[in-house]
Amino acid sequence: MDASPVLELRSISKHYPGHRAVNDVSLKIQRGEFFSLLGPSGCGKTTTLRMVAGFEEPSTGEIRLNGGNIHHLKPYERNVSTVFQNYALFPHLTVQQNVEFGLRRRSENDIARRVREVLELVQLAGKESRLPSAISGGERQRVALARSLVLAPEVLLLDEPLSALDPNLRKQVRAELKDIQRRVGITFLFVTHDQEEALSMSDRLGVMSGGELQQVGTPQDVYLRPRTRFVASFLGAVNWINGSGVRPEATRISKQSPTGFVSRTATVVQTTFLGNCVHVEARCQTGETVVAEVSRLGEPFAPGDPVHVWWQPADELTFE
Amino acid sequence: MNRLRAWFLAPSWTVTIVLFLAPLLIVLAYSLLTRGVYGGITQPWTIESYQRLGDFLYLAILWRSFWIAGASTILCLVLGFPLALFISRSDKRKNLYLSLVILPFWTSFLVRTYAWMFLLRDTGLINTILQRLGIIHDPLPLLYNDGAVILGLVYSFLPFSVLPLYATLERLDRNLLEAAADLGAKPWATLTRVVLPLCAPGIRAGSILVFIPCLGAYLTPDLLGGGKTVMIGNLIQNQFTTARDWPFGSAVSLALMTLVMVLLLGLSRRDEEGLL
Repeated sequence: MDASPVLELRSISKHYPGHRAVNDVSLKIQRGEFFSLLGPSGCGKTTTLRMVAGFEEPSTGEIRLNGGNIHHLKPYERNVSTVFQNYALFPHLTVQQNVEFGLRRRSENDIARRVREVLELVQLAGKESRLPSAISGGERQRVALARSLVLAPEVLLLDEPLSALDPNLRKQVRAELKDIQRRVGITFLFVTHDQEEALSMSDRLGVMSGGELQQVGTPQDVYLRPRTRFVASFLGAVNWINGSGVRPEATRISKQSPTGFVSRTATVVQTTFLGNCVHVEARCQTGETVVAEVSRLGEPFAPGDPVHVWWQPADELTFE
Repeated sequence: MNRLRAWFLAPSWTVTIVLFLAPLLIVLAYSLLTRGVYGGITQPWTIESYQRLGDFLYLAILWRSFWIAGASTILCLVLGFPLALFISRSDKRKNLYLSLVILPFWTSFLVRTYAWMFLLRDTGLINTILQRLGIIHDPLPLLYNDGAVILGLVYSFLPFSVLPLYATLERLDRNLLEAAADLGAKPWATLTRVVLPLCAPGIRAGSILVFIPCLGAYLTPDLLGGGKTVMIGNLIQNQFTTARDWPFGSAVSLALMTLVMVLLLGLSRRDEEGLL
C-alpha cells in the first residue's frame, strides 16, 4: 500500500499571525486514488489544498509529488491542477478556449484532438463556442473539470466543486465525477464539508478539524470506527448514551423488552416522518434523549408511548 | 406619478437647455455667419468657415493634435496600468494611494502647469542642477516643444486613466489569476491573456477620459509649448481672441465636437459587441 505515493505531505503546517490554519498534517495519497479532505469550514482543508497547488507556502514541512519536493515550484510549474469552488472560468474565452488554455501555455501538440476528447468525456461536445456566461452551472463545473483534466495532472485538486450546484444536481454530478475519475485514472484530492459527498465518492478520506488531521481511512473505517467524538458526530448523527455513541440507524426501539442486548426503558417524545423512514425521539429514564431511525412499515409509535431502546454492543462507537 | 417625475427632472432639463443646448445653437449660428471687423459676427449667412476647414494648415494642426493626444493617452495607459495594479493589490493602503492620485486636483491646474515651466525652463531647476553638477554645459531644451506638451498632458490626465483602470482591476476575480497560474501560465501570459483582456472596459474608459480632453487642450500647449506647438484648442482660442474670426472659431469647435462624437459612437458600438 505504501509503495511510492503520488503525493505526500510531511508534517506540513501553515501559520498566520495569531492563527494556525494547518498544524502538522502528514498524509500519503496513492496513485489513482480518490481521496477526500473532509471538515467544517475553517478546519484547514482548503489551505492544505492551496499549499499543494502552490498558492500558499507551508510554514514548515514538505510536500512531495512523485517523491520530489515541490517546495520551490511556482503554481505554473507544478503538475497538479485545481478545480476552483467558483470554477474561475475565463469569462472572455469560449468553452474551447478555456479548455485549450493550459495546453497552449505548455505549447503541447495535438491540442484540437485532446480538447475534443476531453469535451466528449465530460459531455460538452457541441458547446465549444459558447461563453461561460451562456451555459448552465452544471456545464460550467464540467468545463472547469475538463480544463484541468486535459492537462493530465499528477493530482487533480478539487475545492468544493459541487457546492455551487443546486442540491438536485449535486447527487447526479457526484456519480458522474466518480465515474470520470475511474475512467481517466487520475488521482483526485477532493475537499468538501459535506460528509455524504466524501463518504459516497472517496476511496479514502481524511477528517480535519482545527487545522489537524483527525483520522484517515476508508469511508467504512471513519464512519463505523471513528477515532474521536468529533469525527463520529461530523460524519453523521450520534446518540450519546453513557459515554459511548450509537448511530440512529443502529438504534432499535420497541414496545416489548428485548433480550440479550444493551437496553434502556424510555418514553417517546416525538416522531418525525421523513418519507423513506421515521425518526423516533425518545427520552431514557436515565435522562439521555436518543433518536432511532425506524422503518415506516414497522411498529407505529406515538408521543408518550413507553418503549425500550436497545442496540447491539458491536454497534457502539468507542473512542480512545 | 408622471407629473412628479417631470417636476424632479425639470431642474436638470433647464440646466441642460439653458446652459448647454442654447449656447451650442448660438455657436452653430455664429459658425454660419460672417466675421465682423473688430470680432463678433455680422450678416450674411455663409458656409465659408466650413470650407476653410479643409485647408492644409488646419488639417496639419488637426493631425498634430491627434498625435499629441494619442501619444499622451498611450503614455497615460502605460504609466497608469502598473500604478492601478499596484493600488488594487495594496490591501491596507488602498485609500491612501487613491487620495494621493487625486491630490493634484486640490491645487489649480494653472499653478501646476507653471510649476512645470519652473522645472523645465533653461534656467529652471533641472537645468540648473545638471549644470552645477557639471553633467551638461548648455541647458537642455526641455521646454517649448512637443515633448514638454506631452509631459504636461500626461501629468494632468494620468489620474483619469488610473481611476478607471483601478476600478476594473479591483473587480477582477483573483481566482482567475490563480487559475491561469494553475494551468501553467507564467506571470506575463497571465497578464496578456487574462488581465488585459478583462481590463478592456477600463482601458477603453481611461482612453476616452484622457484622449478627449487632450485633444481639446489649449492651456498646456500654450504654456509648455510656448505657442510653437499649436493644437486645435489653441487654434479655436486664437480665432476668438487675436484673429477675431468668431465664425471660423465656431466652425472649428463644432467640427472637433462632431469628430469626437463619431469616435465615441464607434467605441460604444464596439462596447456593445464586446463582453462587458
